[in-house]
Amino acid sequence: MGESYAALMPANAYNWIAVWRRNFLAWRKAALASLLGNLADPITNLFGLGFGLGLIVGRVEGTSYIAFLAAGMVATSAMTSATFETLYAAFARMDANRTWEAILSTQLTLGDIVLGELVWAASKSVLAGAAIGIVAAALGYASWLSILYAMPTVALTGLVFASLAMVVISLAPSYDYFVFYQTLILTPMVFLCGAVIPMSQLPSSFQHFAGLLPLAHSVDLIRPAMLERAVSVSAAFHVSALCMYAILPFFASTALLRRRLLR
Amino acid sequence: MNMSSAAIDLAGVRKSFGDKIIVDELSFSVARGECFGLLGPNGAGKSTIARMLLGMISPDAGKISVLNEPVPARARVARVRIGVVPQFDNLELQFTVRENLLVFGRYFGMSARKIDAVVPALLEFARLESKKDVRVAELSGGMKRRLTLARALINDPHLLVMDEPTTGLDPHARHLIWERLRVLLVRGKTILLTTHFMEEAERLCDRLCVLESGRKIAEGKPAALIDEHIGCNVIEIYGGDPHELSELIGPYARHIEVSGETLFCYALNPEQVRVQLRGRAGLRILQRPPNLEDVFLRLTGREMEK
Repeated sequence: MGESYAALMPANAYNWIAVWRRNFLAWRKAALASLLGNLADPITNLFGLGFGLGLIVGRVEGTSYIAFLAAGMVATSAMTSATFETLYAAFARMDANRTWEAILSTQLTLGDIVLGELVWAASKSVLAGAAIGIVAAALGYASWLSILYAMPTVALTGLVFASLAMVVISLAPSYDYFVFYQTLILTPMVFLCGAVIPMSQLPSSFQHFAGLLPLAHSVDLIRPAMLERAVSVSAAFHVSALCMYAILPFFASTALLRRRLLR
Repeated sequence: MNMSSAAIDLAGVRKSFGDKIIVDELSFSVARGECFGLLGPNGAGKSTIARMLLGMISPDAGKISVLNEPVPARARVARVRIGVVPQFDNLELQFTVRENLLVFGRYFGMSARKIDAVVPALLEFARLESKKDVRVAELSGGMKRRLTLARALINDPHLLVMDEPTTGLDPHARHLIWERLRVLLVRGKTILLTTHFMEEAERLCDRLCVLESGRKIAEGKPAALIDEHIGCNVIEIYGGDPHELSELIGPYARHIEVSGETLFCYALNPEQVRVQLRGRAGLRILQRPPNLEDVFLRLTGREMEK
């Protein structure tokens, strides 16, 4: 078990780049449609909720509601774009299109493929997060530099949710099961983790639980960055928690995918 | 067996999925430069064996060595020198022909310059020079198969593993692939191919292994197998009651097989058989030299492609 599991792992530090570049080439062919699709949903949320609810809510945690929400939307869009890229696009490459099968007949390992897919999905998160950030900065709800500061966390958030989604596709028999993950896990996280409402509004028992969820760590890093607040000591804790959320599912999904693809 | 001379060596390989035995105590060896066929009907375990050679399925028992590397432990290292033509095309449909080769070359760690240097020869080999910038989705089945073959050659492999390379192709496209594979054999490549086409196996393979339900039921050169197991003419008879006919001609035949409504009569002296059938209305009689289909029928009591 040990030896053969080790043979699944990335063979070296750069094999995954070939997988990333394959996805980039495919993306480039439909870049415009992909960008619009990526942006439309979070920007609609930002304006709809931000202006609409913002009028009722007034100020939240010492800032305007729309500035509070912009940071939440950057984190949420990083989460959803990495999740969707992995659930739907990577699943298609694994399953119907047999792209992974072709790659597995070369010198790449399953770990190389999974790593390439995760970094690719994180790249799309950066694109989506940056786009919302740019809109927020253009409207004056965040400074341009603060958007740049938020990007490393956006990328890490992308890795986390791509990695979690990789576990889902390694287990799901078909597309039909993804909706459970979306509605039972991701959507509640948006409301629990302080993306659209402050966590302080939740009952205290919920707060403890919600504070452990990956999106909460991500929001707790992105919001201070975008609102240019002092970095707290808890930042290191949030970063390590996100790293664990990215790394553990990577190992789990690679083992599960072997069971699925390499018997 | 001298390990360093064999391209592929299997010894006592077993594989089951659940309680279904897919590969049963299989051993064979493929020399370098040889074309070796795994011949058998669907479900005989051919694809499982091909995937085991690549390290994509682990055997339950037995030893596999490919290009002197133990598999699956060092399958990745072996795959650097293997080209694969899978049973089902897995090309990038939205990419052009050239992009497919580019992307695949990168998986082998080749630089763009190195890929650009080998692509023209590959396109020429696959007779796809004029399709370089065409999306794969627009190619015919035969062209896709040839591109898959060109893609398998991008790393200049020593060994090609081909799982049913011509299944689903029309006869013209199939002959073109066979002709291309012979060119590769002349160049000294080793080929392992799985097929359920007797003609393909007879035309291409230096040696082959006939499989049924994961077991090896015969192994050798195609002509030798035919000689050993049949060694006489074949008369196919359609259109009568096979059982009545077999009683009639039985004394003159070395052996008789009935499959569906066809009677296969193996006889050293076919004229004696034809005399017996003379004057019977409604019979269609075909006399031909024996082939691998007859070997399979003889060994298993059934036809392969039915």
